[in-house]
Amino acid sequence: MYKNLNLTKTKTKPLESFVKFFIKFSAFAAILISIAIVFTLLTEAINFFQDPEVTIREYFTATRWTPTFKNPVYGVLPLISSTLYIALIACIISFPLGLFSAIYLSEFATRNTRKVIKPIMEILAGVPTVVFGYFALNWITPNIVQRFIPGSGVFNAISAGIAVGIMIIPTIASISDDALNAVPKSLRMGSLALGSTRRITALKIMLPAALSGIIASFILGFSRAIGETMIVTIAGGQYPELNLDPRKAMYTITSSIVNVSLGDTPHGTTAYNALFALGITLFIMTFVLNIFSDYIARKYRKEYEQ
Amino acid sequence: MKTELTTKKELDHVFTVRDVSVSYGDFTAVKNVSMDMFKNNITAFIGPSGCGKSTLIRSFNRMNDLIPNAAVNGEINYQGINLYDEEVDPVQVRRRIGMVFQKPNPFPKSIRENITFGLKVNNMTDNLDDRVEKALTQAALWDEVKNDLDKNALDLSGGQQQRLCIARTIAVEPDTILMDEPCSALDPVATKKIEDLMQILVKDFSILIVTHNMQQASRVSNYCAFFTTKATDDGRRTGELVEYSDTKTMFTNPSESLTEEYISGRFG
Ligand SMILES: Nc1ncnc2c1ncn2[C@@H]1O[C@H](COP(=O)(O)OP(=O)(O)OP(=O)(O)O)[C@@H](O)[C@H]1O
Ligand SMILES: [Mg+2]
Repeated sequence: MYKNLNLTKTKTKPLESFVKFFIKFSAFAAILISIAIVFTLLTEAINFFQDPEVTIREYFTATRWTPTFKNPVYGVLPLISSTLYIALIACIISFPLGLFSAIYLSEFATRNTRKVIKPIMEILAGVPTVVFGYFALNWITPNIVQRFIPGSGVFNAISAGIAVGIMIIPTIASISDDALNAVPKSLRMGSLALGSTRRITALKIMLPAALSGIIASFILGFSRAIGETMIVTIAGGQYPELNLDPRKAMYTITSSIVNVSLGDTPHGTTAYNALFALGITLFIMTFVLNIFSDYIARKYRKEYEQ
Repeated sequence: MKTELTTKKELDHVFTVRDVSVSYGDFTAVKNVSMDMFKNNITAFIGPSGCGKSTLIRSFNRMNDLIPNAAVNGEINYQGINLYDEEVDPVQVRRRIGMVFQKPNPFPKSIRENITFGLKVNNMTDNLDDRVEKALTQAALWDEVKNDLDKNALDLSGGQQQRLCIARTIAVEPDTILMDEPCSALDPVATKKIEDLMQILVKDFSILIVTHNMQQASRVSNYCAFFTTKATDDGRRTGELVEYSDTKTMFTNPSESLTEEYISGRFG
């Protein structure tokens, strides 16, 4: 009866082992590149902090970032605050819009509407950020910000924040939509069978069940807003002092990196090394956020798994 | 098709079904069903897989509305109201006609919230705690969970989850409960509990149950409908009602040979 039973391992063919090697190599390459980046950032950043011109204390407490001035000050505070400020404006725009479009798409839209809206979202996600930047500077600023908010400058945080917000709507909408779709349909049926409306089902059953994914999408969106460069460089300005007025120009970490690297700062100077200190600061901020989002997703996913 | 209900005229009708066909797009899943179902009775739907039992039962509380391209033709009267009348709100229909699904589907919330959700939706927010206790007691679950009502419902066993789903359905005090294979995911002990429960619930509710288990149908139901599929011209299989009678007659003296073959296990 078991005549043809064969449980011995089959020999791996050469091509197969090559493919296996290639797959492994690709996975390791990603890790190696990340390590190399962190290593470069770190070594240069250490150079920066060992420079007699700067102190760690100044870096974290001074309220100006003027590396190219005669008497340079290297205070990262205005940069961090600008970065968070603009990211916050972006979140105020994108969280509700992204989440509501996800709820609409997964709970209310017919299949045909979905078929139209999804590709449009993808187009929005594919617009180069430099386009958003000029859109912010040449359209949002004069037509919205300066018209409705008196005292707004040509470069201002509001306009940059709005544009960054629009840019991350698709990210939030699509991840939240996936999260809502991942909730078992039987929950929706169970809720409707109790005589609840679609609206209540969406808000009270589906939304809480998809919460982990939705929070993950928020954190990811926030972390993209923090790392966004082009829009804030074009529309947000380069005001090197601590400033909390969103009508005025600000200076994000990313745009100060752009600025220093675009200027002819010679290799090895303090200003040049400062780039890497900023790089590692930004890296740590987004890294922590990503870990946090991963943790949230994991924690809640377990709770709702069935 | 033969229905032998002439002696039961005095019973109140819950559903009066006339010439009902349900289709998905251009595919007719079940056609020309006519039958009457009675108050405070358990009616069982049996028949081979794919004969449209779930499809039909879903049209009794308009759950089919939620399936794109599902269409119901014919007339389903519920206590004198045509359920598919333009004036009828499906949400209201589902408040009167509850449904328990094949797979337990508790909400990922606490046991208490699983019950209070439906109560709140139906504006039955007076005496919430009493209502929760009553529903869980009726569903024979109270003793097992009374000390941890705040525990997540997903931590219950499958059988407990299903009884919780029954509890949340009866908590909103519907008149009728539709059950689509409520025991198919359960072990014999849990199944027995739910069957016993049905015997108690039938005093207050009318129950319609789909089951694949012949013994279960003969044990729990008062009336039984047997469906089967017949090939149509285009080669697809459409469900039909073969025989509908009181359960005892169907299982001892079926009038159709198809029914007899199915019940005795020679087919299906
Ligand atoms: N959502 C749907 N869309 C399209 N066709 C469907 C859908 N649901 C069911 N059908 C089809 O309708 C027919 C009847 O299905 P239904 O689920 O009602 O059968 P059933 O009698 O409940 O079977 P089972 O005993 O296996 O649960 C089948 O041919 C099935 O493929
Ligand atoms: Mg079924």
